[in-house]
Amino acid sequence: MVTATPAAAKRCHRAVNKEDRVSQKAGPDLSEETTWMLAVRDQRDRSAFVRLFDHYAPRLKGFLMRGGAGAAEAEDIVQDVMLAIWHRAHQFDPARAPLSAWVFRIARNRQIDIRRKAGRPVPEDSEVREGEADAGDALAMDQEAVRLRAALGELKPEQRALVEKAFYGELSHAEIQDETGLPLGTIKSRIRLGLERLRHELKGLRQV
Amino acid sequence: MTTTITHHAPERLLIAYAGGALGYAFDMVVAAHVSMCDECRARLGAIEAAGGALVEGADRAEVPDALKARLLDRLDDAPAPVAASRRSGIYPGPVAAALDGAAPRWRSVGMGVKQSILHEDDGGSVRLLHIPPGRAVPEHSHGGAELTLVLQGSFSDATGAFGTGDLEVADGTLEHTPVAGEGAPCICLAATDAPLRFRSWIPRIAQRFIRI
Repeated sequence: MVTATPAAAKRCHRAVNKEDRVSQKAGPDLSEETTWMLAVRDQRDRSAFVRLFDHYAPRLKGFLMRGGAGAAEAEDIVQDVMLAIWHRAHQFDPARAPLSAWVFRIARNRQIDIRRKAGRPVPEDSEVREGEADAGDALAMDQEAVRLRAALGELKPEQRALVEKAFYGELSHAEIQDETGLPLGTIKSRIRLGLERLRHELKGLRQV
Repeated sequence: MTTTITHHAPERLLIAYAGGALGYAFDMVVAAHVSMCDECRARLGAIEAAGGALVEGADRAEVPDALKARLLDRLDDAPAPVAASRRSGIYPGPVAAALDGAAPRWRSVGMGVKQSILHEDDGGSVRLLHIPPGRAVPEHSHGGAELTLVLQGSFSDATGAFGTGDLEVADGTLEHTPVAGEGAPCICLAATDAPLRFRSWIPRIAQRFIRI
């Protein structure tokens, strides 16, 4: 298990910055999806959005249908999620959460809003951020997401089925054991690091 | 946001929230706690990252070209307004949203304790409780699980002491007598996943006698 230390993150940061100056684009190691999303966010790039659609729409529809949604409901949600990605692109911060996590969260909230009359209670945003995100953090988060996906792929079929059931909302909190065998350790520490940094930033802002 | 929170949401509750398995009442308490607790925000983020990994790895289903064309046509439309989830006084965003700008409508439930029901349905209920300093909520047990989040002040019961931002998770078997701490009145957000049983204390007292 590779754990990104602050020093390692800094090294990544420097490397990415160097690359930035050479190629005038995001770091070469960011996933294609994250790069497209940044183009949507920063340049309102429609062709990048089409690529994101081609990548996520079929997967999200498949995910929702496997979780029990009908084709029509799944397509409605896919449409709403993709529109939200376009309109709320400014909220995307690759250093705070992987793109796929953001897509998952928007989809789940939308699905519950559709099924319930009352809108789903969601946490307050904490997206206050000044200046550019740390490119090293974005890269590290991206890599964690890839590792997490690989780890999920290595689960035994029955373990994976259990994890899927939990994420399809088919297990109540009483049915979920605290040890579901979710390999969340590394990504959790990474997200914590990101939050720690954000907390310092906010503190700094308050003291100005 | 405070750094003194010691009672956090258990992993299974965050997973159930992320997966969408909770009802409205529990959703609200978890969303309110996460709004107040950086630790649980990070843990929920990690869990959602696992959800994202499942989306990435999902089998692809065919999406009609017409849907894509329709969507691309709509990109320049003004987006539907999304109400931001904002804190108001002691009430975290999701609670403030349910109050919709109004003050809680407190109703006495006896012994100086007041409640304001925010929502109830077949899946449970969620309400605000207002407990004067030093007072106890009369002993009660619940049919289902109960989540209690402290928004102001503090309370303690047999399981421990709970300050602002702390979340107590009780299963249906816990008989407890929460006592509010000294200082400010204790204001809690409390949710049960069983139908609300005591809108008034009188039926409960009657129920007790009938049982005897």
